[in-house]
Amino acid sequence: MQGYLAEYLPILIFIAIAAGLSLVMIVASMLTARQRPDSEKLSPYECGFEPFEDARGRFDVRYYLVAILFIIFDLEVAFLFPWAISLGTIGVFGFWSMMFFLFVLTIGFLYEWKKGALEWD
Amino acid sequence: MTIELALFYLLSAVTVGCAVMVIASRNPVHSVLFLILAFFNSAGLFLLLGAEFLAMILVVVYVGAVAVLFLFVVMMLDVNFRRLREGARLYWPIGALVGVILLAELILVTGGWAFAGGFETAAPIPSDPSITNTEALGRVIYTDYVYLFQTAGVILLVAIIGAIMLTLRPRGTLRRQDIAEQVHRRPQDTVELRKVDTGAGV
Repeated sequence: MQGYLAEYLPILIFIAIAAGLSLVMIVASMLTARQRPDSEKLSPYECGFEPFEDARGRFDVRYYLVAILFIIFDLEVAFLFPWAISLGTIGVFGFWSMMFFLFVLTIGFLYEWKKGALEWD
Repeated sequence: MTIELALFYLLSAVTVGCAVMVIASRNPVHSVLFLILAFFNSAGLFLLLGAEFLAMILVVVYVGAVAVLFLFVVMMLDVNFRRLREGARLYWPIGALVGVILLAELILVTGGWAFAGGFETAAPIPSDPSITNTEALGRVIYTDYVYLFQTAGVILLVAIIGAIMLTLRPRGTLRRQDIAEQVHRRPQDTVELRKVDTGAGV
């Protein structure tokens, strides 16, 4: 194994144990419990009465706006990680390069704020 | 080496299986969950390749944000998927025709593709074990590839503005607190004293 892959061995062991444990739980309950399949057991229910409508409903588009803005700033943060690690070697130019990048995104953030995209009424 | 090989086959098999299930499963929510599993396995493949940073970014960005957005959209969309499929039987000859044409085009393009002579196959640059993957990336992104990096920033800015322009509909029902207006409010402007006769209304 390559040197750095050995560092991921605990994660591999963790995944193996998690998969094995969940498999054991499912198989054991299939083997030991009494099985009486019934379509009513799988159907959705609402506290005793028949469900009024489908679980899917139309949703306000602003939920997606919040999610999209989250993705954008998530990507911005992703760029910060290599920068923070290598700041010692990339020098002043690398520092100001990131500052300009952050400045551009701050313009977007101010636009978003002033436009009221973060407000929730 | 054998452990790596076994892991590669395991991860790639699960990835391909999940990708098939994304388009084959009837419930769209299950599709998105299979997509998330495919992302995780691709991250594992990236790790095997030595691209640690890409693997972590795949988990953080794709699983943490993109797949959650997909799940959100799929769970909340009011689409009757059974009704969408009703016309499928009617259109399958056209769909099959388009598929065959696309396949033929792909075969023609990739079949006629060959390396020009005089090239040597580029050997992959051996990774320097003294620095981490993330640091190696950080040394070049912000200095050597500064234009691409700033372009990425501008693209993100365009994405912010585009998302706001497309989805934001101010309703005018929002009530903000304006402290200056509150402080400047005078009693003589707002409070009125009236003498009301006994037994008569205002």
